Amino acid sequence: MYRIIEKTFLQEIVVKMVIEAPEIAKKRRAGQFVILMTEDTGERIPLTIVDSDVQKGTITIIFQIVGKTTADLAKMNAGDALPHVLGPLGHATEIEDFGTAVCVGGGVGVGVVYPIAAALKKTGCKVISIIGARTKDLLILEEEMKKVSDQLLVATDDGSYGFHGFVSAVLQNLIDSGEKIDRVFTIGPVPMMRVICNVTRPYGIKTIVSLNPIMVDGTGMCGACRVSVGGETRFTCVDGPEFDGHQVDFGLLTSRLRMYCDQEKQSMESCRCGCHGK
Amino acid sequence: MTHTGVNAMENKEKKVKVPRQKMPEQAPKDRVRNFDEVPFGYTEELAITEAKRCIQCKKPGCVAGCPVDVNIPGFIKKIAEGDFLGAARVLKETNSLPAVCGRVCPQEDQCEKVCILGKKGEAVAIGRLERFAADYERNAGKVSIPEPAPPRGQKVAIVGAGPSGLTIASDLVKLGYEVTIFEALHKAGGVLVYGIPEFRLPKAIVQAEVDYLKKLGVKIVVNALIGRYKTVDELFAEGYEAIYLAVGAGAPVFMNVPGENLSGIYSANEYLTRSNLMKAYRFPEYATPIVRGRNVAVIGGGNVAMDSVRTALRLGAENAYIIYRRTEVEMPARIEEVHHAKEEGVQFKLLTNPVEYIGNEQGWVKAIKCQRMELGEPDSSGRRRPIPVKGSEFLIDVDTVVVAVGTNANPIVPATTPGLEVNKWGYIVTKGESGETSRCGVYAGGDIVTGAATVILAMGAGRKAAKAIHEYLCGKKKK
Repeated sequence: MYRIIEKTFLQEIVVKMVIEAPEIAKKRRAGQFVILMTEDTGERIPLTIVDSDVQKGTITIIFQIVGKTTADLAKMNAGDALPHVLGPLGHATEIEDFGTAVCVGGGVGVGVVYPIAAALKKTGCKVISIIGARTKDLLILEEEMKKVSDQLLVATDDGSYGFHGFVSAVLQNLIDSGEKIDRVFTIGPVPMMRVICNVTRPYGIKTIVSLNPIMVDGTGMCGACRVSVGGETRFTCVDGPEFDGHQVDFGLLTSRLRMYCDQEKQSMESCRCGCHGK
Repeated sequence: MTHTGVNAMENKEKKVKVPRQKMPEQAPKDRVRNFDEVPFGYTEELAITEAKRCIQCKKPGCVAGCPVDVNIPGFIKKIAEGDFLGAARVLKETNSLPAVCGRVCPQEDQCEKVCILGKKGEAVAIGRLERFAADYERNAGKVSIPEPAPPRGQKVAIVGAGPSGLTIASDLVKLGYEVTIFEALHKAGGVLVYGIPEFRLPKAIVQAEVDYLKKLGVKIVVNALIGRYKTVDELFAEGYEAIYLAVGAGAPVFMNVPGENLSGIYSANEYLTRSNLMKAYRFPEYATPIVRGRNVAVIGGGNVAMDSVRTALRLGAENAYIIYRRTEVEMPARIEEVHHAKEEGVQFKLLTNPVEYIGNEQGWVKAIKCQRMELGEPDSSGRRRPIPVKGSEFLIDVDTVVVAVGTNANPIVPATTPGLEVNKWGYIVTKGESGETSRCGVYAGGDIVTGAATVILAMGAGRKAAKAIHEYLCGKKKK
């Protein structure tokens, strides 16, 4: 059993959770993820490890409530225990002193880009971070990101805070301003990552994305998470989750993510939280 | 003895005339809409009648035909005498998973193939009797636990809780070793829990046999993916003196034909894992969803393909097809499974091979472009090679596809274990039957060595490696 040590709502639907998992904490590197279950009749869902503490034997996850399982998870409290947490999974992020690295995070993706920015900063990279959300109330980890970045730029879609517009526009402005960028890491909703890749492609700036396809086991045995990268089928859980964004078939990823839309709605409606999919 | 004084030859003559007893089973029209087990198993009367057919050969070929050397005449004799618990005890001397083996072993290729009665008539139904004895013991709630062996103070780690890992664990724990199994999934059993469907092997039975191993003293750590969670070298550093790798051949093979990543196309591993391990057929009571297709095609002709297509029917498919590039004769699936699938209404599209998947605007598969095949000369596997018939392309309308054309070695353990020799397909190389690998103290067996094979062969490999590890550790202790 994996005890929940701490739970905080970062925003209305974004939750940070510290979980006791000493073996995972010991092994984990930036970019890796876990698969967890909230109950024995539950499903297995992947979540990135945002932070870990070897001394305390804990890992930290950040997730957004988007369906039944994340809603169930958000209802659990410190002292409760998760029956199953498997990890660390996937390859760690390739971290070295690239020169200037730009970390672009959108929505709950900021939680995933945070450990990467922190690791890059440690190696001596100049880290410029661009974080965004639909609206100010959904923005997370601004202070934390500031601490691990040389420069932090914030955008909201509705202009309620920071730059009015998408993070992609902020990146475009940064490129236009003459900033020499050696590598971009981008994590967030698929449309956002796709647009960021379109921004960097003409300049040949290597852009790493962390993909979020549907997963079941997370160990390479099923291919639910298969994506097309450079025309080849790859399994995100074993070969990824990070890939060269300029090689990724985002259209395929988007349509495969929709495979269970109807059932996800049905599951949410029948879930005990009574929130009826809202 | 029940037959004292009866002339042996006369006795033999009489027994041969008793036909092999059939096992009652659910009617196809009923079972095709539920996930309950198809055969009900023998009643006590049927089991005794069948057991009495066994002529108790002096040199029983059946035992040699069993990869884990079950004392077959011994347990059958007990059943014939009505001592069912005694029969289960005899079985468990050599096999810790008799309820599983009785159900899923291909007996027709093993113990029953060499049964002397099979030469002129029908072999003794050894598998059905094994199943009966194991079920009887479990249902009676009288599972006996042997006396624990004196502890030897040596630790062995087993990687993978499938049939091979479970078998070696039971053997080593009986010898007094401290045995820990590391399993990546959240339940032990490997293919027995994620692969073989409930209607062939109820998961409660697997659980009961896993619980039996725990009672013997085997420790099972779930959610532990060796390679990521801990490496083989870290296990040695923690004091494990020998390690057995039984991680299976769990990586699905796709055919790399255009459109294979469209929505609605599954690997058999994913389809079966969702249904069996995650119980998606009971969605939304269980949270994992599965696509309930109306027109489902399963590509392949092995047991996994049969399991997938029969699952599709039970999930409500109106049309469930097997698409196979050879003919029924070359199908690797058990005859019994093909027979069950036909009874349930599966449509076989033989000498047919997919060349492209066609999707709709939403990226969902709507048809398979297939090609007709004809058989040419035998290939290296000895089966006649399928050759495409030019210009024979045609479409089959589908909304769900399950690709069941085989599996490969999962690369995680080899990639994180320096010095572990693998062949060009990624399978671990071992020396002979001992399971010894290129790394001292590291043994391997089951599908990760042989490629996808059967449950019982994986168990046999576990049995042999247990002997080898025991010898290795005895030698080590003396030094």
